[in-house]
Amino acid sequence: MTQPTALQLPTDWRDFLALTKPRVMSLVIFTGLCGLLAAPGDINPIIGFTAILCIALGAGGAASLNQWWEADIDAGMKRTARRPLPEGRMNRTDARDFGIFLSGVSVATMGLAVHWLAAGVLAVSIVYYAVVYTIWLKPRTPQNIVIGGGAGAFPPMIGWIAVTGHISAMPILLFAIIFFWTPPHFWALALFVQSDYAKVGIPMMPVVRGEAATRHQILIYSVLLVPLAAAPWFIGGTGALYGVSALVLSLAFLVLSLPVALRRTREDDTMKPEKRLFAFSILYLFALFAMLVADRALSGQGLLA
Amino acid sequence: MTPEEEEIFKRRRKGRNVALALGLTFFVVLFYFITIAKMG
Repeated sequence: MTQPTALQLPTDWRDFLALTKPRVMSLVIFTGLCGLLAAPGDINPIIGFTAILCIALGAGGAASLNQWWEADIDAGMKRTARRPLPEGRMNRTDARDFGIFLSGVSVATMGLAVHWLAAGVLAVSIVYYAVVYTIWLKPRTPQNIVIGGGAGAFPPMIGWIAVTGHISAMPILLFAIIFFWTPPHFWALALFVQSDYAKVGIPMMPVVRGEAATRHQILIYSVLLVPLAAAPWFIGGTGALYGVSALVLSLAFLVLSLPVALRRTREDDTMKPEKRLFAFSILYLFALFAMLVADRALSGQGLLA
Repeated sequence: MTPEEEEIFKRRRKGRNVALALGLTFFVVLFYFITIAKMG
């Protein structure tokens, strides 16, 4: 437990920074920036920068609220036990107030600098992650990763809306792609990393439904990802450069998920197919969004039809 | 509070003050440029 003397000292600023989960934030910035750059239309660079900053600050605020709520759970898991709250380096209410403050600043700044539609979606994304996912559904359903994927799917959608000023099929598709990508990405990892989630009572799919069900679900999501990732091309939202890249990347994803779905863990298993799928899933998302921006940039210069 | 703890106290308080000052300055500059961009 926390020692009272430790709390008399002011919290180090680095611990506040750690609350925002900076590594997760880098992916949020990347996908948000891709959504912003791929959207049709122009945005003032200062306003565009502010939009990305607000997406990052909002993610940081939601991450702080997540750690405030899960301090007890984090204390029981090796991976998270050294975070500022479980180690007693920070007062729990400070973390909560910091999260609310960051969230408020990000939404207000987005509203004032960009527009209130983007600010509204940003607010929804923060409430979704901090309340719907963290507080409500994560401890209650083995589908928690599917729901959590929704939180990670907001940044490119907000980036896109910041430019266009309205919600169309394209930002919803970008949302859906990350939403369907998250479960096979995370469950591949969950299959080869021994996690303490069961110990702290979080119902992760491989623990609750078993390995076979998890492997089947990985395949189902990988199959759905093929038409979904190419859908922006099918509806005419992007050019063939993105469309063909999406099909090739998604088919490769599907091919790599097949051995994962069809095998079972043996004794002294090296889990190579699972590790390969997880590594490729990260490359997949980066490449897909990079191609989205490349497609937009080239067609904007008239180099693609 | 021991001298060592006082040293940590002062160092952390200073670090937080500097971080806060930098954050506030950044937002002052940002809102200046946002205002210019909005007027343009």
